[in-house]
Amino acid sequence: MYFIRFEAFFKGPYSFKLNMSKLVKLKKGFDIKLVGKAEKQMEAFKPAQTFAIKPTDFVGMRRPKVLVKEGDTVKSGTPILFDKKLDKVLYAAPVSGEIVEIKRGEKRKLLEIRIMADAEVSYETFEKFSESDLKSLSKEQATEQILKGGAWPQIIQRPFGVVANPEDEPKAIFISGFDSHPLAPDYGMLLKGQEKFFQAGITVLKKLTSGTVHLNLDAESEVFPVYGGIQGAQVNKFSGPHPAGNVGVQIHHIDPINKGDLIWTVNPYGVAQIGKLFLEGILDASKLVAITGSELKKAAYVKTYVGANVSTFVDGNLKSDHVRVISGNVLTGEKIASDGYVGYYHHQITVIPEGDYEEFLGWIKPTTSKLSFSKALGIFSFMNKGEFKVDTNAHGEERPFVVSGVFEKVLPMDILPTYLFKAIISEDFDEMEELGLFEIIEEDVALCEFVDPSKNDLQEIVRNGIELLMYS
Amino acid sequence: MKALQNLFDKLKPNFEKGGKWEKFYTLYEGHRTIAFAPDITTKAKGSQIKDAVDLKRVMITVVIAMIPALLFGIFNVGFQHFLAVGEEATLVDKVLFGAMAVLPTLIVSYAVGLLTEFTFCVIRNHPISEGFLVSGMLIALVMPPYIPVWQVALATIFAVVIGKEVFGGTGMNVLNVALTARAFLYFAYPAQISGDKVWTYLGDKAAVDGFSGATALSVAFQAGQNGEAVTSAFANHNSAIGDNLFSVANMFLGLIPGSIGETSVLMILIGAAILVGTGVGSWKIIVSGFAGTFIMGLIMNAFAVNEFMAMPAYYHLLMGGVAFGIVFMATDPVSAAQTESGKWVYGLLIGFLTVIIRVTNPAYPEGIMLAVLLMNVFAPLIDYYVVKANKKRRLQRATV
Repeated sequence: MYFIRFEAFFKGPYSFKLNMSKLVKLKKGFDIKLVGKAEKQMEAFKPAQTFAIKPTDFVGMRRPKVLVKEGDTVKSGTPILFDKKLDKVLYAAPVSGEIVEIKRGEKRKLLEIRIMADAEVSYETFEKFSESDLKSLSKEQATEQILKGGAWPQIIQRPFGVVANPEDEPKAIFISGFDSHPLAPDYGMLLKGQEKFFQAGITVLKKLTSGTVHLNLDAESEVFPVYGGIQGAQVNKFSGPHPAGNVGVQIHHIDPINKGDLIWTVNPYGVAQIGKLFLEGILDASKLVAITGSELKKAAYVKTYVGANVSTFVDGNLKSDHVRVISGNVLTGEKIASDGYVGYYHHQITVIPEGDYEEFLGWIKPTTSKLSFSKALGIFSFMNKGEFKVDTNAHGEERPFVVSGVFEKVLPMDILPTYLFKAIISEDFDEMEELGLFEIIEEDVALCEFVDPSKNDLQEIVRNGIELLMYS
Repeated sequence: MKALQNLFDKLKPNFEKGGKWEKFYTLYEGHRTIAFAPDITTKAKGSQIKDAVDLKRVMITVVIAMIPALLFGIFNVGFQHFLAVGEEATLVDKVLFGAMAVLPTLIVSYAVGLLTEFTFCVIRNHPISEGFLVSGMLIALVMPPYIPVWQVALATIFAVVIGKEVFGGTGMNVLNVALTARAFLYFAYPAQISGDKVWTYLGDKAAVDGFSGATALSVAFQAGQNGEAVTSAFANHNSAIGDNLFSVANMFLGLIPGSIGETSVLMILIGAAILVGTGVGSWKIIVSGFAGTFIMGLIMNAFAVNEFMAMPAYYHLLMGGVAFGIVFMATDPVSAAQTESGKWVYGLLIGFLTVIIRVTNPAYPEGIMLAVLLMNVFAPLIDYYVVKANKKRRLQRATV
């Protein structure tokens, strides 16, 4: 019902390519404005020395198997890991250097493969294609090159949000061209100069589906140069607060997932990486990471590689010492050590204060400085139009679901979140399916988790439900 | 504050595993979290920050929304008393008299309710939940101006145990806790909570000659029985203590006999504004509840076979506990419909049922209590159909 024909709004030179495009206006959601946005400039932090691939970043990876030993030397693109349950997909080293540690936890669970980087990165070389070659590329060739080059983990399957199975064929491929999370990096910045590779990536991805490749852009911002004049993809626009940038929300409004459907999603970074793999024949895992958060002296972008150690970006850059370093954003990210590694899919780290303090009558004190979606007693943050400094305090204890109607206000999908959560908790498989668990992953309910007055771990609940459905 | 924190820290070992009061850990935790918002931080995975609102704030917001009604109730109990006994009195006298009658009910309801709740938390090792902050106040506000405190205590225990704890505590109850308490008293001790004698507290004084303590609803119901227009019945009623007791203005302001918190529509609307403005109460239920009452009032007008049915429809909104019930009882998120479209149906049906019960029930002219309880029971059914429709939309999408 939110669909409005796009042509009426857009009569530019690209309109002939956009004839199927949609403009989706979302109203529900919540933009969390935090202190510590990265300035749109590169900062010359000391480069990271070590890099790590963490199998735990790949949800759904069940039996990781390491292909290298400590002391081996690898190049960027050398396979170092695969999942025995999906053994065609190779996970490659992001940099060249020496495998310095294979870190395992309890029960020998594989945690990290650490690589000490060479000063100059050298690359494994793969077959090279010209732009005109790409047009005649077959599906098999495309799949093989992406798998061999170690770029396949960039392709995520919905439902479930796991690495795609190369033997499947999705009904469509979705690319969200922007990130609406708090302090999210600017994709125009991340993809600067990647126009050629991004277009090549789209061309390659188009081979993998008989359906449409959708590129979804922010209707409220200018179109980044990298997305201008894209061919081979349907460009849709989304307006509204976060989670408008979540690919799951976009799929729901353009081509929803029903039982038995498969859709693949790729981050624009992955699209460009795949494109470069074909045009240049190398796996280029270099990426810009936004260093953000209220506790940093300098919030800016840094050029590094996938899985970078964060210590050189954080050490000496902190305003206080009692902080939490998060790989990713504050809604969906993961706490890492101050010498931990950026997650495989993350383009951002966030540093905020730890909140492990008691506050006298903190539950009743009037305040304008505490961020809240609600206007309940004494919370006047809705009057505060500025940016908030938020710590990790949970602001209350866990309780059963009491308040109704709050989740619905931050989930712009035709889904009944409370009923879905309850179905998962009670392990009712039919209900989970029928209520739409195929359509969401953790990030889609992150705002629900944030606003929940009963402080339940909803993202964890959703992942548990997905695992029940996947392995049942 | 440091001193208080230290005191808690000093006591803590006694309540921890192996300590001498190990069983009472939940009480220790409950009190500490009231004094200090806890130092719990978010988990390593998942949302790293959380909204500043928690259940304590939600609940206390509801309590605050009820305070105008409580304060006015205290005043009105005194006001009605001095009106009935025919004495002049100052505002202070009225408030003091009202407080003497109302506060014991309020204190007993909170004390007994919290004690019951604590006992359950200790036995079942649950954290102490905030739900009773609201229920305790609600129970007091739906009581008549004067009621033996042992009855309040009994009703509260019944409501907390049978209405809530047997289902698993806060968030799990089917029926509204406060209305369960009131319904218990209504069926167990009708003499103290119904009829014409209990709505004005006389104390040890005698009322003036010709005084009637009937509520607006029972006068209207009688008018219906006697074939007298309700408006004229109101005009002639109780002239012993001054004319026009049941004028529209008095009913709106609340200067009429009734339960402690229910009389003043104005104060209840202030509460409603707080609930809606803070987003804590569902405006959908409030709007549809009032609309349902009014619409059914109009329908009754159209098919009127007696004067009560022919009464102007908006009178239904001003008399009795409709406003209080819809604003504070029907919006209880746990016992109400939980789906957004379900809330419209739920509120509307409460309004409908209230008026139907009022005009057709010969025994007891107030309908809101039973209407809300009945709809509490049916709320899951309403939600069931809303959820089913959602599933159906998803299935239909697949075949398109």
